Amino acid sequence: MTNLILLPILVPLLAGIILIFFTKNIHLQRWLSGISSLATVVVSAFVLLKVRQDGIQTLALSSWEAPFGITLVSDMLSALLVFMASIISFACLIYSFRSIGEQRERFYYYSIFQFLLVGVNGAFTTGDIFNLFVFFEVMLMSSYVLLVLGGTKIQLRESIKYILVNIISSALFVVAVGYLYSIVGTLNMAHISQRVSEINQPGIITVIAVLFLIVFGLKGAIFPLFFWLPGSYNAPPAPVMAIFGALLTKVGIYSIMRTFTLLFPHDTGYTHQILSVMAILTIITGAIGAIAYWDIKKIIIYNIIVAVGVIAFGISVMSYDSLAGSVFYLIHDMNIKAALFLLVGIMIKITGTSNLRKISGLIAHYPGLGWTYFLAALTVAGIPPLSGFIGKVILVRSGFEEGHYWGAAIVLMSSLLVLFSVMKIFINGFWGEPKDYPEGKKVPVNQLMIAPVLLVIFAIFYGLGIEAVQPYISQAAETLSNPDIYINAVLKE
Amino acid sequence: MEILMAFTIGILFMSATYLMLSKSLLRIIIGTGLLSHGAHLLLLTMAGLKRGAPPLLGEEAASYADPLPQALILTAIVISFGVTSFFLVLAYRAYQELGTDNMDRLRGTEGND
Repeated sequence: MTNLILLPILVPLLAGIILIFFTKNIHLQRWLSGISSLATVVVSAFVLLKVRQDGIQTLALSSWEAPFGITLVSDMLSALLVFMASIISFACLIYSFRSIGEQRERFYYYSIFQFLLVGVNGAFTTGDIFNLFVFFEVMLMSSYVLLVLGGTKIQLRESIKYILVNIISSALFVVAVGYLYSIVGTLNMAHISQRVSEINQPGIITVIAVLFLIVFGLKGAIFPLFFWLPGSYNAPPAPVMAIFGALLTKVGIYSIMRTFTLLFPHDTGYTHQILSVMAILTIITGAIGAIAYWDIKKIIIYNIIVAVGVIAFGISVMSYDSLAGSVFYLIHDMNIKAALFLLVGIMIKITGTSNLRKISGLIAHYPGLGWTYFLAALTVAGIPPLSGFIGKVILVRSGFEEGHYWGAAIVLMSSLLVLFSVMKIFINGFWGEPKDYPEGKKVPVNQLMIAPVLLVIFAIFYGLGIEAVQPYISQAAETLSNPDIYINAVLKE
Repeated sequence: MEILMAFTIGILFMSATYLMLSKSLLRIIIGTGLLSHGAHLLLLTMAGLKRGAPPLLGEEAASYADPLPQALILTAIVISFGVTSFFLVLAYRAYQELGTDNMDRLRGTEGND
């Protein structure tokens, strides 16, 4: 079936449209969105297996052949990320059932949630640069609404800043596409890549590459451009925060990965040098933020920035191994950041505060929560049997091999600070004398625990089953390090 | 012609940047409007402003204007229209709820749980 790769976009889109009609019936909303999310997971798993078996899948919409129509391309990287996005959104959805509250549920929450997934899956799958812009906007519009839904003061205030930053970066995206179109005269990514290599990447293309780096750096929170993220991600409720932290910045990182491996790989001395410096500064500032705060949400938010820096460093090294390490780490990080945000959300629900100084002794009444958090914390720092380890090992090794000694050393040291920051939450929040919280002695958390436990179990399997995952990752890295595979699959010469 | 357009777009971008750096929220929204005007004009200009018939096959002309950027601009216009209307309503709601349109007073951590 040739339309298979369209299904991860189509299923949530149809679900989102249908959900608009039944906003007052909350049970129906939950059932429908749950079923459609599960269906998205299943179809994206099929796409993953199909790409593993038969190589890159392309779909020319309306049978207009590339480069004249819009082509959807699912290579291994896209398929893996779509699969992860579906799993994470399913977990956040079942968490929302118990935590988001009827007020929000009556107001199109599940519908917008599905539209966010449409935007993310579409951005991962598209093979056309302007279509990427459109899917970015689908994703961003949904994220504006999810961010402000509920209308508390802090949400209103932070949404204004978040929308303003994203309007500016979207306008820059349009400008960058306009410049690129005036040079190469095409919008299809494979065709752009071919034409850029025909004219051997002159200076103006490098300028456009840096403009794209600024645009995607604003979306993906890279060093001088992450200023909007700590405030904005602090505002929404926990499941929304989890889906933002796991998916939105990663779409920016994916776009950097795609543009710098496919479109502009010819003048790496300049562009990748810039990317490398920005990535290292991202790691440093993220780590400083993570250890500075005593607010549990802020600590996890700054950990997102550290992870973005690590992945961007892998892209900047630009060897087969470092790209494989980046893909490993990207998938691990999406999964574990969602789990951490959901766990932190449960802690806030129990204690009614996100100030770490006011929390202690949670392990006495909530041992399950405590040990799940402990496992998640070890995973995010990259302790060997768990999933954060292997990606970082490959990344650091290839960094040393290619002579990026400083960057690789900083990646290694950042792990220590990340471990310190998440363990600070564990030691201060879970150990010590139990306190009385306004919500009462015992809050029922068992149903909320389902989603983060699922994600942590997934992380453990991802860490232990490296042998099983490895062929998928190396197939993704192969396409990234050799753009000809992608071009030939799309243009079919 | 392209040179003239480039200067016009540059002035639009300059005014947009200036307005977006000001304190009042409405001035910022006007700035985003100018910014998207600039971006759309730039798309049109960068595709070339050569003479040609409008892209309608009924014209049966020897050469036509490039139809692709026009479609791109149309898409970008409706998107920025949607975002702008959302932003305006958000600003209205924020004015009702927070009682200010001064960006300097939209800070601090009160109401933060």
